[in-house]
This record gives sequence, structure tokens and C-alpha cells, in this order.
Amino acid sequence: MHELGIVTHVMKTLTDVAAENELTRIGSVTLEVGEVSGVIHEQILDCWDYMCTKRGPLFTGCKLILDTIPAVTYCSSCEKTYPTVQYGRTCPHCGSGETWLLEGNQCTIKEIEAE
Amino acid sequence: MKILELKETFTASNDLDAEELRTYLKEKSVILFNLMSAPGSGKTTLLSRVITDLKEKVNIAVMEADIASAVDAERIEALGAQAVQVHTDGMCHMDAGMTREGLLSMDLTSTDIVFLENVGNLICPAEYDTGAVKNIMILSVPEGDDKPLKYPLMFRESDALVITKTDALPYFNFDMGKVIERVRKLNPTIKIFPVSAKKGGGMAAFEAWLLEETKVWVTHA
Repeated sequence: MHELGIVTHVMKTLTDVAAENELTRIGSVTLEVGEVSGVIHEQILDCWDYMCTKRGPLFTGCKLILDTIPAVTYCSSCEKTYPTVQYGRTCPHCGSGETWLLEGNQCTIKEIEAE
Repeated sequence: MKILELKETFTASNDLDAEELRTYLKEKSVILFNLMSAPGSGKTTLLSRVITDLKEKVNIAVMEADIASAVDAERIEALGAQAVQVHTDGMCHMDAGMTREGLLSMDLTSTDIVFLENVGNLICPAEYDTGAVKNIMILSVPEGDDKPLKYPLMFRESDALVITKTDALPYFNFDMGKVIERVRKLNPTIKIFPVSAKKGGGMAAFEAWLLEETKVWVTHA
């Protein structure tokens, strides 16, 4: 259960943020999740709702919003980019395997709505 | 309600815990090696060999992380080394907080090296800094030479790769040259040690590296 670990870490970071900014309630949290980050949306949403009931007033009723970031791969042979999920590791422009993921594996807390 | 922009990675809080743990280890003059691999790659057999070979030179302790059971810890204790079993309660990896809990339950006064045997899994453990000083990945010959292609992150995050069960090479289509080439492409500075923990081949080079890393960490305290 990778998602449960992610939720635990996100909540820990947000608890620190809340203490620093004197926040008492977080209404929503927006995460940026890369298309190839391996995070399963349904599972993280379930884990989130479950942990919200466990973590006290700061997270009561807190909504989780997931922003999907498309994965893009760069080909160092022809210097073009292409969508990772559709073509994988082989460049559709020139057939080269010398390719690198530019973005799409990130997991970041973008913003929160709080009072 | 107001909006706060954070732009923090999911693992930001864990990264802080991991840095704190390394500071703690430095104060205690203890090096922590994080061992990662698939289930059945021979982690416990490799550790048993290292403990037996280095018994006279360094004091080794082992933290066994498993979803359940204590079979690995019992094998290590049988060799006379300190072992502690940590249960992750279903989680697929160890994080720095869990590692700290495990370390605090150990007696580190005369310990030089702690090995963390992470949960057998080639994906999730690579994403979480445990607070270890060096990461070691184990790949066994029967798993196949295509693993660097399937699990690139693990190979990228590791400082050393131990290729175990080399005594089984005659029975598998495992191209050692190809593996080394694939791994170096992902991680040009990784140290690679092909070994047979059963027969002893290659162990001396791996053990010399462990001792050297320990010396460097402890003397720069």
C-alpha cells in the first residue's frame, strides 16, 4: 500500500505547515500527480478519506484534488519530445532508444485551501 | 478560506527525517546500509556471510523489515549478531521515521555497522530515503538480466549493486556483460559486485568496500 504511505507523509507536511501558519482547518489539498508516478488515483482518494477521519480536526472533511501532469519524454537522438504513455521508451519520430523522461513522474503538494 | 501555494514534494517531510537520522548516526559513529531487492534474492544469506566473514573486524547489527513474521531476524541472531525485527504493517517500504524507531530500539554503543533489510520490493523502497548512508541493491542471477530495464529507479538510487547467486550462472540465460552495461547507463558511478554468498566468490571485494565506506563515514564524524 504505497498510497497510504504517501498520504501519511503529505499529512505530516501539512500538519507542520498548519502549525507555522496558525491554521485550524484545511478545506482542500491539491496534489500534482505525474502520469507515470505510479500513484493510483482511486487508492489515494480512499486512503485520504480514511486518514482524514483519523487525524483530528485539522483534516475533518478535507477534500483531496488530484491534478494529473502529462508525461513527456525527450529523445536525445532527434531532439524532439513525445507523449510517454503512448510510445514508451522508443522515440516515435526516429526509433531511437536514447530517451529521457522530462516530466510526469512528479508528486508534489501544489496548494491548500485553509483557515 | 485562503489559498497557500506549497510546491513541496510528497516526500519532503521524510527527507527531513532522513537528514536528521544521518546526523544522529554520525554522532553515534554508526554507518547504516539500506539493502533493497526483490523477495528471494538472497539478502539474508548475503548478510549471514558478511557477518561471519567480518566478525573479527567490525560489530554488525541488522534491522529486518517485513510486512509480517520474524524468520529473517532469527537467522541473523543465530549467528550471534544483534537483530531487531520491524513490522511495516502492510506498508510496502520503510521510511525514515520507521527506521528511526527501529534504531532507537537497538543498543548501538559498540555497533559499527547496521544493515537495514528493506521490504522485498523493487519499486517503492527506492522512492523513500530511509536515512541510510549508502544504498545497496541486490539482484540475483535467477531474476534475469532485464531488471535494470524494468525497475530503473532502484538502480539509479543505489550506490552499490551486488549480483548474487553467481554460482547459478551456468543454469540461467543471464548475460553479465549486458547487465553491467544496462546498469552503467542508468548510473555511471555505481559499484558492481558479482558474488556467490554460498561459495564465497567475489565476497572479498564487496566486504572491502563495506569496510572502506564504514571507515570514511566514522572518521569524518
